[in-house]
Amino acid sequence: MKYPSPSTIETRQDEIIQAFKLLEDDREAMLHYIMELGEQMPPLANEHKTEANLIKGCMSAVWLKPCQQGDRLFFEADSNTAITKGLISLLIRILSGETAQAILQSNLYFIQGIGMHQLIGSQRTGGLASMLQQIKLIAAQQIKNA
Amino acid sequence: MMHIVKNKAFNIPTIRVQFPALQQYIHGKPLIYLDNAATTQKPQQVLDALLSHYQFTNANVHRGIHTLGDRATSALEATRKSVQNLIHAAHTEEIIFTAGTTASINLVANSYGQAFLQRGDEILISHMEHHANIVPWQMLCQRTGAHLKVIPITDTGELLLEGWEQLFTPQTKIVAIAYASNNLGTVNPIKELIAKAHQQGAVVVIDAAQAIAHLPIDVQALDCDFLAFSAHKAYGPTGVGILYGKSELLERMPPYQGGGEMIREVTLDQVIYNQLPYKFEAGTPNIAGIIAFQEAINFIQALGYEAIQQHEQQLLDYAHSQLSRLPGIQLIGTAPHKIGIVSLAIPGKHHLDIGMLLDAQGIAVRTGHGCAQPLMQRLNLEGIVRASFAVYNTLEEVEQFMLTIQKLSQRK
Repeated sequence: MKYPSPSTIETRQDEIIQAFKLLEDDREAMLHYIMELGEQMPPLANEHKTEANLIKGCMSAVWLKPCQQGDRLFFEADSNTAITKGLISLLIRILSGETAQAILQSNLYFIQGIGMHQLIGSQRTGGLASMLQQIKLIAAQQIKNA
Repeated sequence: MMHIVKNKAFNIPTIRVQFPALQQYIHGKPLIYLDNAATTQKPQQVLDALLSHYQFTNANVHRGIHTLGDRATSALEATRKSVQNLIHAAHTEEIIFTAGTTASINLVANSYGQAFLQRGDEILISHMEHHANIVPWQMLCQRTGAHLKVIPITDTGELLLEGWEQLFTPQTKIVAIAYASNNLGTVNPIKELIAKAHQQGAVVVIDAAQAIAHLPIDVQALDCDFLAFSAHKAYGPTGVGILYGKSELLERMPPYQGGGEMIREVTLDQVIYNQLPYKFEAGTPNIAGIIAFQEAINFIQALGYEAIQQHEQQLLDYAHSQLSRLPGIQLIGTAPHKIGIVSLAIPGKHHLDIGMLLDAQGIAVRTGHGCAQPLMQRLNLEGIVRASFAVYNTLEEVEQFMLTIQKLSQRK
């Protein structure tokens, strides 16, 4: 079995940090960029916007749908707010398609790297942490079931 | 550039300079604070009074014989007098210090409601109430078997007065209504409601949380039985509330909370309660906050309600006239008689996203259900964006808010 190098997750994080650096601390531009990233993510079909897929601990509604293909985990997501959709799109961009083990072991330093806490505030940073926790919970469940 | 006529009666720079919190930058932009319905900023004289109490007169009240205790007690009782004067109460002992509007309403529900309501009685509220004027009554209904009835509202955000008289029955025991709505800004015709309620023998509880900083209140002219508000929405400190009650009602009511201060004599077998207002003030109150609230009252009275209303009406009229011209903006609450609250929704855009993008511009507004989920259900909205004005807001700030809203509404 071939495991992806952890650097893949790191490379994608580094790309995101670089993209945010180009916005030179322009808060409005950064928020619009996050929203644009969310818009690029295909919407989740309504049938998947279920209570079971709803992430607890977020100010807005966020649905996360996992899908296992071989030893890889893929994620789709949606939210009723544009910024939250953008936030989860970042997590999906970094982690979707990785193995459960790699997801569990990942260190998402990009959150600090782009100054997410200052950008979105403590309540939404808490929401982002809930999204990440849910992704890791799904990964842990997959390892347990394997 | 839109044409702006300034209100000459009001010297805004002189007012603004008294508020340290307004002098700061948020995300590199001058703070535009438009969340005054949630809480107002505090003038320097209130902050000075808070600090000065802790520095020089800190002692418990109504207890010690020593000088500091006496000074603290005198200052606290002076605030009670000021509040009496502010709302034109007949007697000083009709002013009860609480922790806030919510605590005041809960006091009435738990004391008056529990003592005088029974199964089958009715409590009348409106569809625009804040949760603080809904949930205590729902809880009282659960405990007593009383029923909650609701005065409906129109699409413009006014009480639907057509047929409202039928809602009053001989079983109506309490009418609890906001003087002004926290989300719609609507000023309700409470004098008419009070008169009608009294014809049926009901008592009336007025939630004046949104009124106190903006409208003159005369509890005797209104003839309301209870009136509740918070200091922090009127330039005072947090954690201080007022319950006004007619003395004949307060006398008949049992105490709500037991403890120190509210008793005259305690043995292990029995207790004799203290007189008004202390019967309802168990425990050590927020002494510093209450003392500093007097300075907030002084601040309001120095400006005068007439000038305050004139200034805030100008901000409201300007915001309404401009926003109503913008396509893609849904104005929420367009009653003819309003306080300075402008609520809106932009179809297709979530209120949390709008709030965050406004914050990026240094503009603070309230987003969400505004502590009134039944109102949001009635209006078929998940949430709103609410800008609420105070004495220190300027037409330029309102314009900046509108320009940002316009920009956001035009974004794909």
